[in-house]
Formats: sequence, C-alpha cells, structure tokens
Amino acid sequence: MPKLKIQDLEKIREKRKRTTMIREGGDYRAKVTVHMGTCGISAGARDIMNTLINQIEEKDIKDVLVTNSGCAGLCSREPMMTVEVTGQAPVKYVDLTKEKTKEVFEKHVLGGNIVQKYALGKGSEKTDYGKE
Amino acid sequence: MEDLSLHILDVAENSIRAQAKKITIKIQENRSKDLLSLDICDNGEGMDQKTLQKAVDPFFSTQKSRRFGLGLSLLSQAAQMANGHFSIQSQPGKGTKLRATFQISHLDTKPLGNIPETLTTLMMGHPEVDFQYEHKINHSKYSLDTQNIKSQLKEIPLNSPKVLNKIKKNIKEELDNLRRQK
Repeated sequence: MPKLKIQDLEKIREKRKRTTMIREGGDYRAKVTVHMGTCGISAGARDIMNTLINQIEEKDIKDVLVTNSGCAGLCSREPMMTVEVTGQAPVKYVDLTKEKTKEVFEKHVLGGNIVQKYALGKGSEKTDYGKE
Repeated sequence: MEDLSLHILDVAENSIRAQAKKITIKIQENRSKDLLSLDICDNGEGMDQKTLQKAVDPFFSTQKSRRFGLGLSLLSQAAQMANGHFSIQSQPGKGTKLRATFQISHLDTKPLGNIPETLTTLMMGHPEVDFQYEHKINHSKYSLDTQNIKSQLKEIPLNSPKVLNKIKKNIKEELDNLRRQK
C-alpha cells in the first residue's frame, strides 16, 4: 500500500521547525473564514479555499488563520468569505472568484485595506438585495 | 453540485457541524459489477428517528439561518438519477452513516471530481477532526488517515499549506496509479 512517505513529512517538519504556524486561539494577524454550506460549495467555495491555501504557501505567510464555516443565510451571494483582521470589524466578501480572492488576500488580509467593491457590508450584516 | 467530490465535502461539513471528531469516507469502484459506492460515517451527535425521516426532505433543515436543506436531498437525487440507491442510518449520541451507490456506466452518473481538493479543504478548515479516507478500485486500495499523518508531523500543524499541498499531490498520484492498474 503506497503511502505518503515518512521522509517527506520529516523533511517538511525539519524546514518548519523554527517557524510556528498559528492555531486557533494563538496570535494571528487575520482570520479568514470560507463559508462551506451546501450553497457555498456548489457555488465554488472549495476553489476559494484552495486559492487561499496557495496564496499562503506562495507568499510564505505564517500568521493568517484560514477556516471553514457553514451557510450564513445569504446563499445567492456565495461564494463568500469573512475577513477579520485582528482588532478590526469582520468584513464579508460576496460573489467571489479566484481572482477576487487573490485581490482581497493581498489588499485586505495582508495590507489591511478593505476592498469595498467586493464587500457585502462593513461590520454589520446589511444586505443589498436591490443590486441582484 | 457538479461532481461527487463536492457532495462528499458537503456531507462531511454536515458531520462536522454535528460535532463529529472522526469521519470515514470510503469509495469503492467495482468495474465488473458496474457499481460505484460511497460510504460516509461519522461519530457526531446523530439524529433521532423523527429528524432522520426528514433528512432528505429539501424543505427541512436543522439550521435556523434558513428553512431549507438541500445537501442530502441533492446527494440522494444524484444516486437515484444514476440508477443507484441512497440510504442513511443514525443514532443519537453515536453518529450517522450514509451510503450512496451509482451505476458507473450510467449517463447521469456524476464524475468523481477532485477528491484531493475536497480532502485538503476539510483538513485546512478542521485540523482537529480525524479523517479516514479509503478508495478501492476493483481490488487495489489506497488509504489515508490524518491521525497517522499528524503523529508523524508532531508539532507541525496538519493545516500548514506546505503539508496540505504535499498530501494533495500524494493522493492524486496514488489515485492515478490505482487507475492505471488492471
């Protein structure tokens, strides 16, 4: 039964030894939550999650926490993610694509500037049904 | 849902919302029987008989954010469309077990889709949950257990992107190998 080789994992372990990845409850710069309800998944939330994983690896970021949550009740605006920069109000981004996700990651998660054009609403949960 | 790997992600997210700490996903492709089966089993809080009966009803949900729940009804429909069956068993306090089968050669059988991405998405979002994955194609088998991987990684978290991308590549290569075998 061919498997993940222990040596491969050991190699990664060696490389990462001195760098501590953050965990829930630890110190982090920002937390990104991808909404993974049935609605989110069928609209492409998995692609959003994998774009984030690749961005974090590419840019070698160690203090951004990425996690999943369920349906937020705004199924028509999926895929969605919530960005919470430590100490600031959470912002929900809606109708995401891989490209929008990269932009939000660079500008908001890393840069601290909210990308207003993709945001549902800042802080509160106001919805803009008229736009659809 | 475009493919079965998205259904798997969806059902596993249900399990996690039901407080599951261990989720087993088993896929069997039996070409001679023209049968693909998907078994997912969790140790979450389970459902009582009344809830279970409504589980595949699209106008029922246990969540308060909306009044419909499409996940299981879509999977059940996908199986029935592909000349297969869907069944679900559950016991409060014990967990939930579901099985969906598909006729491989049926025109309406959805493709398997990207299994590696489904698994790494689950690991990224829920590193504290143990995932067991088994994929059998005819008589060859691939399996993965995040509990083993975690014990090898020791202090390195399972959800480090480097680890996840390595795992993703490994699953893809091994499944491709299985497919090449007779």
